[in-house]
Amino acid sequence: MTPKKLLIQGGRLVDPAQKIDGPMDLLIEDGKISCVGKNLKAEGAEVLDARGKVVAPGFIDLHVHLRTPGQEHKETIATGSRAAACGGFTTVCTMANTDPVVDSPTIVEFIRGESAKVGLIRILPFAAITMGLKGETLTEMGQLQAAGAAGFSDDGMPVANAGMMRRALEYSRVTGLPVVDHCEEKSLSAHGVMHEGQTAARLGLAGIPAASETVMIARDILLAEATGGKLHIAHVSTAEGVEIIRAAKKRGVPVTAEVTPHHLTLTEEALQTYDARFKMNPPLRSQKDLEALREGLKDGTIDAVATDHAPHAHVEKEAGLAQAPFGVIGLETAFPVLMTELVHRGLLSLSDLVAAFTCRPAAVLGIPRGTLAAGSAADVTLFDPDAAWVVEPGAFLSKSGNSPFLGWHLKGKITDLIVAGRMVFKGGQWANGVKTE
Amino acid sequence: MPVKAQVLDGEGIRKVLVRIAHEIAERQPADAALALVGIRSRGELLARRLARLLEEFTRVMVPVGALDITLYRDDLGLLSSNPVVHATEIPFDVTGRRLVIVDDVLFTGRTVRAAMDALADLGRPQTLELAVLVDRGHRELPIKADYVGKNMPTAREELVQVRLSESDGIDEVVIEEKQP
Amino acid sequence: MTRWTRKDLLGLEELSKEEILLLLDQARAFKEISLRPIKKVPALRGRTVALCFLEPSTRTRASFELAAKRLSADLLSFQGNSSSLVKGETVVDTARNIEAMHVDVMVLRHNTSGIPALVARSVKTSIVNAGDGSHEHPTQGLVDLYTIQEKKGRIEGLNVLIVGDVLHSRVARSDFWGLTKLGARVTLCGPPTLVPAPMEALGAKIAFRLDEALPQADVVIALRLQLERQQERYIPSFREYTKLYGIDQEKLARAKPDLIVMHPGPVNRGVELSPEVADGPQSVILDQVTNGIAVRMAALYLVAGASHSEPADLPAPQPDPAEVGT
Repeated sequence: MTPKKLLIQGGRLVDPAQKIDGPMDLLIEDGKISCVGKNLKAEGAEVLDARGKVVAPGFIDLHVHLRTPGQEHKETIATGSRAAACGGFTTVCTMANTDPVVDSPTIVEFIRGESAKVGLIRILPFAAITMGLKGETLTEMGQLQAAGAAGFSDDGMPVANAGMMRRALEYSRVTGLPVVDHCEEKSLSAHGVMHEGQTAARLGLAGIPAASETVMIARDILLAEATGGKLHIAHVSTAEGVEIIRAAKKRGVPVTAEVTPHHLTLTEEALQTYDARFKMNPPLRSQKDLEALREGLKDGTIDAVATDHAPHAHVEKEAGLAQAPFGVIGLETAFPVLMTELVHRGLLSLSDLVAAFTCRPAAVLGIPRGTLAAGSAADVTLFDPDAAWVVEPGAFLSKSGNSPFLGWHLKGKITDLIVAGRMVFKGGQWANGVKTE
Repeated sequence: MPVKAQVLDGEGIRKVLVRIAHEIAERQPADAALALVGIRSRGELLARRLARLLEEFTRVMVPVGALDITLYRDDLGLLSSNPVVHATEIPFDVTGRRLVIVDDVLFTGRTVRAAMDALADLGRPQTLELAVLVDRGHRELPIKADYVGKNMPTAREELVQVRLSESDGIDEVVIEEKQP
Repeated sequence: MTRWTRKDLLGLEELSKEEILLLLDQARAFKEISLRPIKKVPALRGRTVALCFLEPSTRTRASFELAAKRLSADLLSFQGNSSSLVKGETVVDTARNIEAMHVDVMVLRHNTSGIPALVARSVKTSIVNAGDGSHEHPTQGLVDLYTIQEKKGRIEGLNVLIVGDVLHSRVARSDFWGLTKLGARVTLCGPPTLVPAPMEALGAKIAFRLDEALPQADVVIALRLQLERQQERYIPSFREYTKLYGIDQEKLARAKPDLIVMHPGPVNRGVELSPEVADGPQSVILDQVTNGIAVRMAALYLVAGASHSEPADLPAPQPDPAEVGT
């Protein structure tokens, strides 16, 4: 139901793009933010009572895998959209490593079509950098952009060949869209299943050294510097990587970076019991890396939080650590986990956390979202910063349940979600008229 | 554990062992090779004392072995964890010998049954006899002792405690109340 | 007196010093049985032991088989290295089938680290790890501890040198944990590509030159070098390895005269050990084999006694939830 006028009243408005953090009301008209101010009144408006809640721009996730087309047993656009909405996300960017790969305009159109049919949140598909993710020939970036692609990534795979990456960064300039690299030097990561460190040495498991990521981050940044392409580093996991990005930004290189909630809260120690729920790529690393990532997020070296939501069927993850696929889900827990572990512990301000979910990812994409400025599309997320809850295994909306946060006690819960002025999620329940099968 | 009564003191134990040693020597056939096997742990200590006494008045060395019957217990698998095993040390061939099994207390008879099974796996003694310091009754198997230091009728719930100076610092046999 | 209360024996890392001493103590008691004419005791009569060797093995299998039989247990044997049986999910399935047959103890060897732990959490059957990937081989670790104690009279204060492909060796890890907990000083020696640096943080000394490390050692444990390591480019050639890390008469001459030489077997004669050393007076390799049976009897006996304990729950590694500020 899209009310003509919606007044969100009594909440704490946090909009880092406008440097706002305080008690303020929000008026939405015809799907757009019409004004923000104290004690607003509006005739004939539907009122949403936001007392005790924080009102923020709708969250943006730069990096999710919705497994469509090809692996719908793990996730579909519908289940993924619901999971995203429940996590406070009004926009998500889907990665291209599906089956078939998103390397032609038809598939971009297919994903946009499916997303419109589900009609819950905005889905911005990314297209591949190389055909079939093979790293041999460039995709038709111009036509893919015309079909609706929001950026390019071979994620799942690195762009292994430096010459290829250079071409990609150069050519992408015609689109102005970001090129996202999954930084992994495969000859160094070889058969690794977890971080190459103390825990792997004790467990007798092959490790993925930090160097396999940092070597590629350094390469990509130098190529971006030389070509002027818009480079974005996916899921940074190493302290050295943060340092390299920090130095590059200081020099003025147009590079951006993202970090996942799990890399900000878990280390290699989680794998002591050989539980594949903690297996992902890049892997959970050392305490030193975790602290450097937190510092990087705080000082802006890392621009955004992105979940790298990677659903896998239960049976696949039960195969034991060595054989299980890499990846964890994260849409529904991302914001609450970071509220609990960073904001409530005083390590990051609420405003900075919201920025990492809103205006900063919007800036990476170059889209006018992630803000509640007047005239913006009315994508709004409301949450209760103190609501306590426990992550239960059966309760995920995602089709898959491979979360590293099972059993965690969290403080912070999404309560409402509005997309283009339309109520999707209200008071912790699906709004009327929202189809949920 | 409160002591109800002292049944034997140090002197009492000494006299009883002297008598048993004489009884064993008396029944010794001319052509038999005698050996003592003590059931760990106090049975072994008693066997060594008997061997010394036998040597004193027969002038013949009697070999002594120590037998651990843990692995032959009939209640393995019924307990909450498998009990600790100690080594069996029998430095002579069991086959063809006149063996006297020595233990401190004869009660249900299950320990002696286990000892007989253990010895059967070690060889084929010519004869087997049993010497005990105390027989407290309440047999659950058809086992009887050939040499008994003292017969003590007891109630089932009572505890008969044998203490020997080599391991407990004092020689005595007492009856104690069972712990609640 | 320590009692054994664990349902499973998965590794030496999680055992206390007292538990390891208990296992060694019991092994001593069981060794005598192998010297009798009738090498059998009824301790596990009527119990069933299943041997699941999903990675090929002759010696360890034979050792466990004899150990189980000498305890009068009934034996069930599963073998296989077909890829379908090697995947983790099917191993749990196989284990559940074995549990349904009311088997008391399952001896499991798998080429992937962590599989015995996964199986132990999934079934009530007691699991004895006979070697999982590069992680641990606890009974072999115990055999080595027992042999050292037998030959040297103690473990505390000894300098023990482990030479070879430590990176891929489960024996090295089990030896390291056992020796360290009992007070020995462990040095890991091998080509830098095969000795993982993080082990130093766990308490090992690391040496890359055998000729410098061997003279201080009281015990040297030589590990088997697998053929694949040269193909995977960890070492340039076997010839180079033998020259730098192989133990021969010449190197022994510059070591302590009472140094004992150990090897988990099978020996690559002429690579890790020269034939003269392997067969020589300082080698205790055959004692290791003999002791293997006693140690495995002790392991089966203790684990079978605790086979109805509950497996431990998986912890959720969240920083203390109560700490979250308001």
